[in-house]
Amino acid sequence: MIMTRLAFAALAALALASAAAADPAPIPVTLKNHQFTPNLIKVPANQPVVLNVTNADSLAEEFDSTPLKVEKVIAGGQSGLVRIHPLRPGRYAFTGEYHSATAQGVVVAQ
Amino acid sequence: MLGTLLIVFREVIEAGLIVGIVLAATKGVAGRGLWVSFGVAGGVVGACLVAAFAGALAALFQGAGQELFNAAILLIAVAMLTWHNVWMASHGREMSRELKAVGAEVRAGGRSLLAMAVVVGVAVLREGSEVVLFLYGIAAGGGATMAGMLTGGVLGVLLGAGLSALMYLGLLAIPAHRLFAATTGLITLLAAGLASQAAAFLQQAGLITVLQTPLWDTSGVLKEDSMLGRLLKTLIGYTDQPNGLQLIAWVAVVAMMLTLMRLVNGSARQRAPSVVPQPAE
Repeated sequence: MIMTRLAFAALAALALASAAAADPAPIPVTLKNHQFTPNLIKVPANQPVVLNVTNADSLAEEFDSTPLKVEKVIAGGQSGLVRIHPLRPGRYAFTGEYHSATAQGVVVAQ
Repeated sequence: MLGTLLIVFREVIEAGLIVGIVLAATKGVAGRGLWVSFGVAGGVVGACLVAAFAGALAALFQGAGQELFNAAILLIAVAMLTWHNVWMASHGREMSRELKAVGAEVRAGGRSLLAMAVVVGVAVLREGSEVVLFLYGIAAGGGATMAGMLTGGVLGVLLGAGLSALMYLGLLAIPAHRLFAATTGLITLLAAGLASQAAAFLQQAGLITVLQTPLWDTSGVLKEDSMLGRLLKTLIGYTDQPNGLQLIAWVAVVAMMLTLMRLVNGSARQRAPSVVPQPAE
């Protein structure tokens, strides 16, 4: 059906347009005792950013941030790559959703 | 306990809204309660599986497995919702005539109910996996506060289900001759919202890295994270900083729905010339 073919073509075009860019060097972030270290992460503005979040606790946590447009569950003892789109200069809060009282941090783009 | 209650309530509501809309949209169709129940049960089982294998899933596709999985199931739900609207556009006229004439439940194609069961399953799986992981963490943590937190979790499920039931009853209060149009519209907006979420996951996966700049920011008016913001996010795909790809996905799904429904409706009229006098157009 033509709709399906159009959709696939559009998706392929978008993926190809994105293929050229490689992942930037990941910034390590550790979650331990339901706290992020570092909890203030400085990144260059207007460039894609990748965080390598290591969950050093035994239980899963969800790395969640609406302004960064990311949400990712990271199992206990595992790491996850969190890809962030180019950010305008500013402060962007993130939390560990399952322990949001203590698991908090900010990404500062400048 | 309150914190746990709120978190679980939020997740259950997001799935419950979708279940309520599906139930309202299939009102009058024989067997729909059973199909939706299967969908919910399948979603719960799926949620437990996803929670159990979260680590393995995330590691796939160079660390993008979770995002790609989320995008895939959301897009499957979009396809199923589209199928439903198209099917209803094609058969809705016959169905409402039958309903009035026979006064009994209509036999719908098994495939249409299967599509809705899949939608319900996807919604329950998405939100349910987060609830399972969260509650498992509490139960495994143990300690003096565990009982309180688990109580909060159970209450969150009950409250979320209760509010969703209220919404479903509210939809049923719509006069019967308008219910079809109302649920068609709700399903269209629901699908557009899911497509917008899928777009964000594809970008988070690194599969698509264009059109990522936020187009506007309405978080000053309504934060996406607020209770109302979350409800609107589920119902119409509200996001306080949509980017280009999300907007395109949203508009494309709405346009596709309207076009397809119009196409099949036109051919349905040709197929079955009606003996019931048509209203003048």
